[in-house]
Amino acid sequence: MINIPSTFRISFRALKVNKMRSSLTMLGIIIGVGAVIAMLAIGTGASKRIAEQISSMGSNLLIILPGATTAGGVRMSAGTQTTLTMTDGEAIQKECLAVQDVAPVLNGVAQVIYGHQNWSTGVVGTTPSMLIIRDWPLAAGRPFTEQEIKSATKVCLLGQTVVDNLFGDMDPIGQFIRIKNLPFTVIGVLAQKGQSAQGQDQDDTIYVPVTTAQKKLFGTSFPGMVRIIMVKAKSTEDLAPAEEQITGLLRQRHHIGQKQENDFTVRNLTQIMQAAEQSTKVMTLLLGAIASVSLLVGGIGIMNIMLVSVTERTREIGIRMAIGAKIWDIRLQFIIEALTLSIIGGVAGIIVGISGSKIISILTGWSTIISPLSIFLAFGFSGAVGIFFGFYPAYKASLLDPIEALRYE
Amino acid sequence: MPIIEAQEITKVYRLGDIDVKALRGVSLTIKKGEFVAVMGPSGSGKSTFMNILGCLDKPTDGKYLLEDIDISNLVRDELAGIRNKKIGFVFQGFNLLPRTSAIENVELPMLYDGIPAKERRGKAVEALKNVGLEGMENHHPNQLSGGQQQRVAIARALVNNAPIILADEPTGNLDTKTSAEIMEMFVKLNTESNITIILVTHENDIAAYSRRIIKFLDGLVISDEKTGRS
Repeated sequence: MINIPSTFRISFRALKVNKMRSSLTMLGIIIGVGAVIAMLAIGTGASKRIAEQISSMGSNLLIILPGATTAGGVRMSAGTQTTLTMTDGEAIQKECLAVQDVAPVLNGVAQVIYGHQNWSTGVVGTTPSMLIIRDWPLAAGRPFTEQEIKSATKVCLLGQTVVDNLFGDMDPIGQFIRIKNLPFTVIGVLAQKGQSAQGQDQDDTIYVPVTTAQKKLFGTSFPGMVRIIMVKAKSTEDLAPAEEQITGLLRQRHHIGQKQENDFTVRNLTQIMQAAEQSTKVMTLLLGAIASVSLLVGGIGIMNIMLVSVTERTREIGIRMAIGAKIWDIRLQFIIEALTLSIIGGVAGIIVGISGSKIISILTGWSTIISPLSIFLAFGFSGAVGIFFGFYPAYKASLLDPIEALRYE
Repeated sequence: MPIIEAQEITKVYRLGDIDVKALRGVSLTIKKGEFVAVMGPSGSGKSTFMNILGCLDKPTDGKYLLEDIDISNLVRDELAGIRNKKIGFVFQGFNLLPRTSAIENVELPMLYDGIPAKERRGKAVEALKNVGLEGMENHHPNQLSGGQQQRVAIARALVNNAPIILADEPTGNLDTKTSAEIMEMFVKLNTESNITIILVTHENDIAAYSRRIIKFLDGLVISDEKTGRS
């Protein structure tokens, strides 16, 4: 009969006797587990951040820019740069089946003034659809109405950064601010959105009706002109069809011949971001895999020490066998020793991994996320390493010939 | 009633291409309560025979019955069980676990017998008391004299109530006075507790404590006589 608690006691004592050796062996596992947790935390943090940026940008997003950016061939004159109009946007909304919402954008930079505060910021002329496309709710107030768009009313929505800079703690709604010296009524405040994928402050912006921007702020000789058109596809699957439908429609509307280059570009930002997310995931996996190698090396360290320990204690094993230890008594003794090393190492490694990733995120500013799964994984793996690499030395010990073992000096 | 019955036991070792016959057919019977000394020069086969008696090794041929159990047919773990319950070993080099207190050394056989910790402790204290080591429970082997270490080993051999003690030159590492003390202890165990004692020795004055002397030479028993003490 195998006496588990006593076998544990025997194993613990053996480890305590060789404190230095036990702790060095554990160090291998500590580093391994710590590395796995820290690496996965960095990777998961990066993925999470990209995923957040994707959702902050708005999902299933297409951006139509004027002027072909593709290289090769002779470009048309510079005038072709201003090729997109309000009616293009309306046509896309009407005719492209894969499209859910369209928002034209005409933007520029302007000085804004409230009282004795002033601030330079990006002013975006657009329609209420923009808020849907970018999944951007209002923190307060109301969006533009159709009537305000039609009549080019001087109303505006402020980003949080603008509110902070012009109003401080005051409630801006109903106040007048001056954009390019024209008075605008603040009718709403956009919810805080944070940084974009490019590191821009997305909250440093003012939304005005697109018509107001065209007629009063950034007026050009080309009436109804917009700088870009933002499009939200009905679903992720609809992104590619939407891109196709838009390209077809705009080529037709702009009278572009078969061999001519497009005078616009449709960019699928979601796709680009998803590719980035995918590559971070691969990176996470890679980091995890590299860290796992160090865990494996730690495991081999355990096996190494256990083999030395078995040889060193050959005589002890012989005595135990003579006195009546059975095969599994001996095996369990050494397996528990290996397991103890790897589990204590694993727990210490979890602590090292967690504090390590906290330190990394403080030092580098990267966001790190420690998932319970990675802790569970690293811990389970270290336990498995202990059993796996402990078994062979234990097996070897259990098969010693008691007579030979007793004679061993 | 025979406690040990050996019938035509042979043991052959293979050393490279040569077969070495360590035992060439040994038959003998030992009754319960006997005190036997086994003698013989090195290479005579006495150690091989003792290993077989101690269930540490199996005969190549022949039959070994221990309390009517045929040892030849048992597997490794069954042999371990027999050693645990029936045989107490006392070695020349004491063979106590280093860095382990006297009491824990004595508890060891009970540990492998699955006896609960509390009962183990009580029996071990008792066994140490019986060999005159009261109060030394927590001493480690390196804090004990040779004689004391051998007493711990005897306590360990007795603690599972083994009917047989196999002692392989138990006084080989001890001075004359301590040897005498240890041998007196064996005599006492033999006469008072009726424990069968089988002792390997080179020395005639140690063998003189026994009641029967079996001499080995070249793998055979060459003499088997009662001593003056019988």
